[in-house]
Amino acid sequence: MSSIDPEKVKELKRIANDLRVWSIKMIYRAQSGHPGGALSAADILAVLYFHEMRVDPKNPEWPDRDRFVLSKGHASAAYYAALAMRGFFPEEDLLTFRDVNSYLQGHPSLMVPGVDMCTGSLGQGLSAGIGMALAGKMDKRDYRVYVLLGDGEIEEGNVWEAAMTAATRKLDNLVAIVDRNKIQLDDFTDRMVELDPLEEKWRGFGWRVISINGHDVTQIIRALDEAKKTKGRPTVIIAHTVKGKGVSYMENTAKYHGKPPQNEEEYERALKELEEERRKI
Amino acid sequence: MNWEYESPRKAYGETLIALGKEREDIVVMDADLSTSTKTAMFGKEFPDRFFNVGLQEQNMMGIAAGLARSGKTVFASSFAVFATGRAYDQVRQSIAYPKLNVNIVATHGGVTVGEDGASHQMIEDLGLMSGLPNMRVIAPLDSNEVRRVIRFVAKEHGPFYVRLTRTALPNLTSEDDEFEFGKGRLMRDGADATIIALGIEVSYSLLAAEILKKEGYDIRVINMSTIKPIDKDIIVKAAKDTGAIMTVEDHNIYNGLGSRVAEVLVENYPVRMHRHGMKDRFGRSGKWNVLLEHYGMDDKGIAKEMLAFLKEVKK
Repeated sequence: MSSIDPEKVKELKRIANDLRVWSIKMIYRAQSGHPGGALSAADILAVLYFHEMRVDPKNPEWPDRDRFVLSKGHASAAYYAALAMRGFFPEEDLLTFRDVNSYLQGHPSLMVPGVDMCTGSLGQGLSAGIGMALAGKMDKRDYRVYVLLGDGEIEEGNVWEAAMTAATRKLDNLVAIVDRNKIQLDDFTDRMVELDPLEEKWRGFGWRVISINGHDVTQIIRALDEAKKTKGRPTVIIAHTVKGKGVSYMENTAKYHGKPPQNEEEYERALKELEEERRKI
Repeated sequence: MNWEYESPRKAYGETLIALGKEREDIVVMDADLSTSTKTAMFGKEFPDRFFNVGLQEQNMMGIAAGLARSGKTVFASSFAVFATGRAYDQVRQSIAYPKLNVNIVATHGGVTVGEDGASHQMIEDLGLMSGLPNMRVIAPLDSNEVRRVIRFVAKEHGPFYVRLTRTALPNLTSEDDEFEFGKGRLMRDGADATIIALGIEVSYSLLAAEILKKEGYDIRVINMSTIKPIDKDIIVKAAKDTGAIMTVEDHNIYNGLGSRVAEVLVENYPVRMHRHGMKDRFGRSGKWNVLLEHYGMDDKGIAKEMLAFLKEVKK
């Protein structure tokens, strides 16, 4: 296994921390948004936009760009933060998130530079990803397509229609990542719908399956490398994560799925904890 | 009448092949109904640009969106009931909202699906699709118009819903006629009342006008292929000229042509009107022409409905 530059790993960890800080700031300012699933996905987004994906912020519609679909659209805060930090639009705009005059819609919209697909109604992003992957093969372009799904989201039947078709079409330019934080809006996923054995389900549908710790940037990088080497079938990365990762009172609870920090004290505490995390990097 | 009948589905399939030869970006999708919708004709000619995804209407619409977002002009077909009902949310979220180049061409609209019965007879699709921002809705009246409409939606940016019927239709327009998007078409002039009809009901309305002529009434007949945006001018003119309007559609009288015409009249020039079609009831099995008779939507039924309406108006 090729070694990964430790400085690169540190940089990606710092970026993931920035995405978490931005998410908290954006959601608290808007008094609206979904911190739990934004915080759990931050490391994945950091690796995708600052290591893995071939994009050009000056030319967001570049035909050869890698595509990304945030199928779990409610993690928009962390996604927008990644796009802004990557240079698609000014970072200061992040603090207009969810405002009536802002282009930063509550859920990803094509109004936002760098967004490849609008999402928000769960279960549809993988289908859009298939369309992009098919078009890539038709046009003989070598771009890759990444789709980030929530684990609650995959309760939607549309996801499994897409899973079957992606394997049927041998779409090895398509990577699905499941943010397995084990919690959805109302409760723990296993109290709603039993998703396990999740790895076996995807394998049964014809996918290459890689399970990782979704907060370990080295593991994320390696899994994406493995996916690239996988030919003739799509790859799914089951990223085991912690809902609300990085803010203690948001961790492992459904309470902050769609709620901002409840007061100034909670807000300050979230930022302080994330600052402490950062110092450890 | 001495009409020449032609399958609108076959006209669709032929036009897709012609477009496929002209343009590399044309991609066609289906969900296991391609031999019925006739997209299989395109698939045979262009296997690399044809995606039959199996029984996955929702997934089909999502994939169509992804293809369109990557520069393709997509035609996605199924029966009207599945294309608009089963996949409504995918059409809303992934196609209409981002305004992508996906043309949903659904066959088997209305009760004239026939023997398959209510489960397959879509009488709500015009309402579902018209209610979506960015979506434009067309129901061609004959196969010649199908060819023009398919060519039109292929060159226009953004999503369309095109509703076709299962049965063969008489060609009321000629091959070299032009399609005017958003415009109704005067099919027969008249001064006593107006029938505004849609799709298969246009020819029956013309026949009904002949019956009514024998009863001493001079009936205007308008074809309204474009439901959205609807032709306000032709409706208001008909209201001013004839003072009474009846709509006829192979669709629920709620949320379809009747509702659209009523909106225009109430906002601009209220006159008495009557909505004829499926009166908020599900259909049933039977031969398509027998069903039209059963629901009073054939020529005799339309004439009878109009006579009752005229009697009411004159009170």
